[in-house]
Amino acid sequence: MNTSTLNDSTGAEVWDDPGLGRRTLTWLRGDPRAALSLVVLVVILGAALLAPWLAPHDPTAQNFDQMLNGPSAEHWLGTDDLGRDVFSRLMHGGANSLYAALLAVAVALVIGVPLGLIAGFAGGWTDTLISRVIDTFLSFPAIILAVAVTGAMGIGLTNAMFSVGLVFAPQIARLIRARTLVVRQELYVDAARCFGASPLRLLSRHVLPNAIQPVIVQSTLLLAVALLAEASLSFLGLGVQPPDVSWGAMIARGYMYMSIVPEQMYAPGLIIMITAVAFNALGESLRAALDPTIKGHS
Amino acid sequence: MTTAVKANRVKQRMVVSRLLQALPILVLATFIVFSLMQLIPGDVAVTLAGENASAERIAQIREAYGLNQPFLAQYGDWLWRAAQGDLGASLLSGEPVAQTIARTFPNTLLIAFYAVLLSVLVGVPLGILAATRAGSPLDSGIMGAASLGVAVPNFWFGMILVLYLALTFKWFPATGFVSPREDFSAALWYATLPALALCTNGVAEIARQLRSSLVEIQSSQHVRTLHAKGLSPARILWKHGLKNVSVNLLTVVGLLFNKILAATVVVEAVFAIPGVGSSIVNAVLQGDFPVVQGAVLAMVVTVILVNLFTDLACTVLDPRISEA
Repeated sequence: MNTSTLNDSTGAEVWDDPGLGRRTLTWLRGDPRAALSLVVLVVILGAALLAPWLAPHDPTAQNFDQMLNGPSAEHWLGTDDLGRDVFSRLMHGGANSLYAALLAVAVALVIGVPLGLIAGFAGGWTDTLISRVIDTFLSFPAIILAVAVTGAMGIGLTNAMFSVGLVFAPQIARLIRARTLVVRQELYVDAARCFGASPLRLLSRHVLPNAIQPVIVQSTLLLAVALLAEASLSFLGLGVQPPDVSWGAMIARGYMYMSIVPEQMYAPGLIIMITAVAFNALGESLRAALDPTIKGHS
Repeated sequence: MTTAVKANRVKQRMVVSRLLQALPILVLATFIVFSLMQLIPGDVAVTLAGENASAERIAQIREAYGLNQPFLAQYGDWLWRAAQGDLGASLLSGEPVAQTIARTFPNTLLIAFYAVLLSVLVGVPLGILAATRAGSPLDSGIMGAASLGVAVPNFWFGMILVLYLALTFKWFPATGFVSPREDFSAALWYATLPALALCTNGVAEIARQLRSSLVEIQSSQHVRTLHAKGLSPARILWKHGLKNVSVNLLTVVGLLFNKILAATVVVEAVFAIPGVGSSIVNAVLQGDFPVVQGAVLAMVVTVILVNLFTDLACTVLDPRISEA
């Protein structure tokens, strides 16, 4: 999101904006934890995306002479029950796990943002109805609803993460509804309305850009939750299906051979934890960094 | 005296309005659970009948589920029967769903409440410790551990517990379960590792919340005044800090119950516990839809009731409401 163009387009506020790039740099320099998290995430994402070229072995190549081996010079993290290289599978699995997390959050945004905007902006009966539906969805234990929806739509990673996104959407909707209630009272929204802006234009050009900041923070935090949800669903066999691999599926595999080679399950669990910690730390830092701007706006 | 009576009236009114609020949510929740079946692609009757079902079987299913009726009529019928405790029967075993839930729910509730209890018992002292020594290495250590506690996949942590505490040291049984109805102490024994696996998130969240609210209170004007008046820090913490945050904490615990109940679905799979969570997963994998609906319904109704209870408890306990 480029703040300077937003402000130009709203025309409501003019201040000295050093540009998004410079502001990001200043933020990261002042917040080493956020910078570290970002570096960790970039490395993990890079390893996952470049897995087809960087991984030392084919993640699906079976070798029955080397099954369930411990770490060695050739296989850094050992081999699994079919003699496949665990390190290479971790890299390839990362692509699926991160894709899954992004998909779930994207679905949550696509459903949640319009719902929250409509509820907050329309008010009255529309708001009451949408808010009740949101409250009801929030009463469902999240993963359980996702499991049931996946069961109905059909097993598989995309369906599973679509379900998780559906379950997250009410959280986003509630956040954006609350911000919309505040923003729609602002003078610049009234001004735009007086100039004859249509409700759609009001929402997309004036309300949304000013209500989105808490959603950016929440989305970052939700990426961690979605990653854990992917692991859970794939562990249960509802997510990624063999021969595809994800971190959750690797834990499931390691679980079966836990008493023989306990090392197998450490790596995928640890990488999930590290990634989730990084997403959470980034989200918390973003919250702290964005908060003053939110106050400045309203 | 009149103010006390007034406060009581306010509280009564709040309790009644909260009870009334829960009703539409309960009805909407049943509607969502029922609508899940609409997500099944294609002809629901064919899916429910399973693979290689005869045309007669499909027709029989269509009849039994009233699938040839309009959607709302189907829902009304289902709701009416559910209200009487009839949730249909498993497509595979033929066991009434209500009976499955009665058999498995005590196990799930036991590990869920056990985990909530552990979260409070461990999280509260950690939160107080971190708050009283805010800024110290101990504080950073506790908060660092809390950020790991939020991020750890709980079923994976459960596997590590099994590996060390059950398989290596043999302190606890690895998998399996004893129903709390048969032998409560044995059930607790079997439930300990699953509850430990489930509580990481709760411990972390309670410790964090408690720390931040206590730190906020400690730096407030009235606590500084008490300090200046010569009250001991322990007394200030107890009388003015914890009393103020206890209501807040209750809300956190209520939300936590929802999360922990959700997480049982995976943790039960790790420990091979015959609970509602594992019934849902098995039913989903085998396409046994009546069981999925019934079990999800039982879960969501439980959550709604627990939320209602914690909200009511907050209303009754909150000292600020009596000032209203």
